[in-house]
Amino acid sequence: MNNSDRSLSFGVPVIPNGSGVAAILAAAIGCFSLAVLAFAGDKSVAIKNILNFYKPTGPLSGVTTVAILIWFVVWGLLEWRWGKKTVVMGRTIAVAFVLLGLSLLLTFPPIVDIF
Amino acid sequence: MEITERGLWTLIHGMGFGALYLLACSGALVELYRFVGPSTPGELTARSERFLKFYLLTMVVLAWVAVLTGAYVVYPWYRAAAPAGTVDLAAFPQRLLMSSPSTTGWHSLGMEWKEHIAWFAPISITMVAFVFIKYGRDLKNHRQLRAGMLSFALASFIAAGVAGFFGAMISKYAPVQGGHTIQLSHGEEK
Repeated sequence: MNNSDRSLSFGVPVIPNGSGVAAILAAAIGCFSLAVLAFAGDKSVAIKNILNFYKPTGPLSGVTTVAILIWFVVWGLLEWRWGKKTVVMGRTIAVAFVLLGLSLLLTFPPIVDIF
Repeated sequence: MEITERGLWTLIHGMGFGALYLLACSGALVELYRFVGPSTPGELTARSERFLKFYLLTMVVLAWVAVLTGAYVVYPWYRAAAPAGTVDLAAFPQRLLMSSPSTTGWHSLGMEWKEHIAWFAPISITMVAFVFIKYGRDLKNHRQLRAGMLSFALASFIAAGVAGFFGAMISKYAPVQGGHTIQLSHGEEK
């Protein structure tokens, strides 16, 4: 089915929403993982040392590498489960928004310093 | 007129990739809202759909190159530890900022936030590009996907904005300098 055919089907989704929902939730989980790892590295010297993958860049190298790996793995798994399905997405998108909001908060140093 | 090698890399990272991404992001937000906004999905011709896909892919590349050059080229110079007894901290920007109560916040708040939040930009825009490329005009039939895409595009813009702002301010107070000096032009003596 080409694009022009697709544009005729207003109101009737041609592509199941599962793949898009999987991508959105995975991105939110990726951002949240990064924030949690950054937080953990800030609070624990042991975790900070573990995350020091590349010395010149320091723990940031481990925080970002692990978060990106988590993001890709979660994305792959969700795509595998939901990719060809139509899923109920209201709650999933809401969870993604909450995770994104928490991620933004958890990277903000004054909030990290509260704990 | 001259610039150091490290200064040039900072310029490429910040003004080249970062600022260009920020500019592109504002354009993408407008275009995405126009085409997939929540109220009235606009008419998306095959040509404009192709253009927006290419535009978003370019943004994905810009965002990833910006964070990777930041983390693996510029940041190591920024956080380099000064040898004991070093008095002139000009070559050690992080130490220079932390040496004075009036500038330490640019590191403890600015860089600490920037180095992490900046990564939300490529993650978010990669997802936005994937969803747009996958669904294209069919997005008009997926209201919640459109809302998710637009929200993450906005988050990407905010993340890049925070990173860009603090990057510019940190460069103002403690620029990353050093390496070979590159002569850009010879000024005339007065």
